Amino acid sequence: MIHPSVTVPRVSRRGLLGGVAAVSAALLTGCGPSDDTAGSAVGQPRRGGRLRAAFAGGGVNETLDPHLANLFNEASRAKAMFDKLADYGPDVSIQPRLAESWEPSSDLTRWRITLRQATFHDGRPVRAADVLHSYARITDPKRAFRARASLDLLDLPNSRTVDDRTLELALKRPFAEFPNALAAFGAYIVPEGADSFERPVGSGPFSFDSWQPGRSLLLKRYDGYWEGAAHLDELEYLISNEEPARVNALLAGQVDYAHDITPTTARTHADSGRISVTRMPNSTMQSFAMKVDRPPFDNRDLREAMFLLTDRQQLVDTVLAGSGQVGNDLFGKGYQYYADDIAQRTRDLDRARFLIDKAGAKGLRITLDTASVASGFVEAASVFTEQAAQAGLVIETAMGNKDTYWKDILDSGVLASYRSGAMPIETHISQRLLTNSTTNATRWARPEFDALYAKAISSTDETTRRQAYGDMQRTLHAEGGFLIWGFADFLVATAPGVGGVSADAPANTLDWARFDKVWLG
Amino acid sequence: MSLPRYAAGRSLLGLGQVAGITAIVFVLTEALPGDAAVVIAGDQPDPARIAAIRADLDLDRPAWQRYLDWLTDLLRGDLGVSLISQRPIVDRLADSAGATLLLAAVTLLVLVPLAVALGMLAARREGGRLDRTVSAVSVALYAVPEFALAILLIAVFGVRLGWLPPTAFGADLLAQPSVLVLPLLVLLARPICTISRLTRAGMIDALRGEHVRHARRLGITGSRLWLRHALPGALAPVVQQLARTTDWLLGGVIVVEAVFVIPGLGTALVDAVATRDIPTVQALCVLVAVTTVLVNLAADLVAFRLAPRIGVVR
Repeated sequence: MIHPSVTVPRVSRRGLLGGVAAVSAALLTGCGPSDDTAGSAVGQPRRGGRLRAAFAGGGVNETLDPHLANLFNEASRAKAMFDKLADYGPDVSIQPRLAESWEPSSDLTRWRITLRQATFHDGRPVRAADVLHSYARITDPKRAFRARASLDLLDLPNSRTVDDRTLELALKRPFAEFPNALAAFGAYIVPEGADSFERPVGSGPFSFDSWQPGRSLLLKRYDGYWEGAAHLDELEYLISNEEPARVNALLAGQVDYAHDITPTTARTHADSGRISVTRMPNSTMQSFAMKVDRPPFDNRDLREAMFLLTDRQQLVDTVLAGSGQVGNDLFGKGYQYYADDIAQRTRDLDRARFLIDKAGAKGLRITLDTASVASGFVEAASVFTEQAAQAGLVIETAMGNKDTYWKDILDSGVLASYRSGAMPIETHISQRLLTNSTTNATRWARPEFDALYAKAISSTDETTRRQAYGDMQRTLHAEGGFLIWGFADFLVATAPGVGGVSADAPANTLDWARFDKVWLG
Repeated sequence: MSLPRYAAGRSLLGLGQVAGITAIVFVLTEALPGDAAVVIAGDQPDPARIAAIRADLDLDRPAWQRYLDWLTDLLRGDLGVSLISQRPIVDRLADSAGATLLLAAVTLLVLVPLAVALGMLAARREGGRLDRTVSAVSVALYAVPEFALAILLIAVFGVRLGWLPPTAFGADLLAQPSVLVLPLLVLLARPICTISRLTRAGMIDALRGEHVRHARRLGITGSRLWLRHALPGALAPVVQQLARTTDWLLGGVIVVEAVFVIPGLGTALVDAVATRDIPTVQALCVLVAVTTVLVNLAADLVAFRLAPRIGVVR
């Protein structure tokens, strides 16, 4: 099958020149490859071609510095050009990448890491010194790289290279889940000395070719990639922050892949055969954060009432347009260490009313902070307000400032819309649920909970760890501050000839927005 | 008043306007809640991280100091570096300006002859069938907002019929001019109405004016009378309106750029404001202010030439 690849205008020109007579022909050829493959399975991997992928982006100010990666397109480009030592698998467990293996000392404070035989795009081998340089750059206290929070426990002065492919990383304290830090968002390995990324050199499956900030980035296959060369010859990232523009471009064959589409788009075009939609479940946790350190949610009964008055299925059906699953007030559905033995909570209005009466909260007015900072926030707030009214609570929605929302809800208010992308359950706990967590939006601070966490991360025994994570989740399920009502699917749309887009990779995991396994049919 | 004196006075005024605008923009962007550090930190608002970003971006220095530094650099022709990407702003703006400039130039090239011709045709027989048709169509086009027209055109010609590319995604605008067709139609819709209506009114006025009547008495008729004697006077108000249109186009029409994925100045401004990239916002404001001043200056000088009385009155 012939793919139109880069010859977009050919179709248009034919349509223009042919005039009315060409209408029907243009209708057929304009989406030729789509119609041919509609309904049929995507074939075998095929080598070659240029895949054009449309992403939202940061405009002219975007960066190729992998340590600064923040937006979806930056994360995707970083993983196309660079590697981490480890990354998240489909269940957000840790998969070795540039690190071939790791071995902790018995007290979990020294980790011996063996590197894979890999090379950077300029032919130099990836060495232990490159790893030390990368981590020193990320943890530089004068910089503000996102991965620093995870790698801050590194004791770099006491870390050392053993030989070119072996290094020993020292930690400031014992940490059994150290591989989680190696896989942290943005913890990419760059060549020793690299500090400018106008023409990045990494060890990833694609190498840099040309870049117009805010417009396009062209990458070429790196044949020396350690995991095997990509199928595609070229990968081009194109930028538009307008979802309809990404979808229109896909429908017209201007791009082959549109990242982050809405459930409405997916439904509209589901049966047209012109695009295929890939759903990546369990990608985004959807919740409301109750602050447990202040009235009214310092009352455990009221928190439980909130859990029970929520009609989760209705929220998933309306807010997520059905593209998601209900939540059980626990983070990380389907992830490693998720406590799926805890029964799914269902709506129980009678018990909720009883608990509200018991807490003396009948008719209480509660302010719910929200903002149009993530899709569905405002809709969820309005649906939830209705549900709470049925149980006798008056929830008033307060629209906050979109730009400062995440900072504002950390300290002020009592109830706020909240969401999170995928990360290991351990990371979620350490960043949000410990007494000294820096982004503790529910103000959950329990010494006995902290102790359970400490037990989990200082044990080499898998069973002990699993037990501790289970205990922590049972406490959170019973009386925590996160009302987690659902998990949204992440949706991408592709031209029907495109194959190899992983369907079981939650957003932020390795296989999400990854292109070296993708091919053009 | 002589032309050079008039031009010099207008230029000085323009310089003052540019300086005033930068100060106002600086004050207003400072007044926005949350600085770049908070916006960059996003959903990871760890206080230590915000403090580090703030220090890294030099945001912990007083606003007036940053403003003065920036002004000093500006006088030396240095627009500074972006807070977000740390790259020179001037490079990025040059990229964005290219797309905007191209679109504006193409639009004007089509707009001016077309709208003036339509206006003249309509003026030939005031109240005639052609006049009424042109008026009805252009007023109807004027009534449709750009975004609605853009969405309609994309849905029909881009997606449904597949005749034209619905977006300019990653396209080299010069190498693939077909991507410019739909944006061009949207950009033309409104100005074509104002310009043709003004031309029509100006022509009708001019044809009744003393100047043209005198020319008639001298035996000048037909196209010579229309083009040489009536049109210049009729165009003076048109030129002023054209300046406004040019200004609007050169500022980057945000809606059109967003819908058609044209990475021009409007998009750059939206991105810069969204990320609180104050130096870039400032640079864009200076650019837009200078453009406005220059375009209006040029228009005034042209109008001055076409009909000196108008220039003097202004």
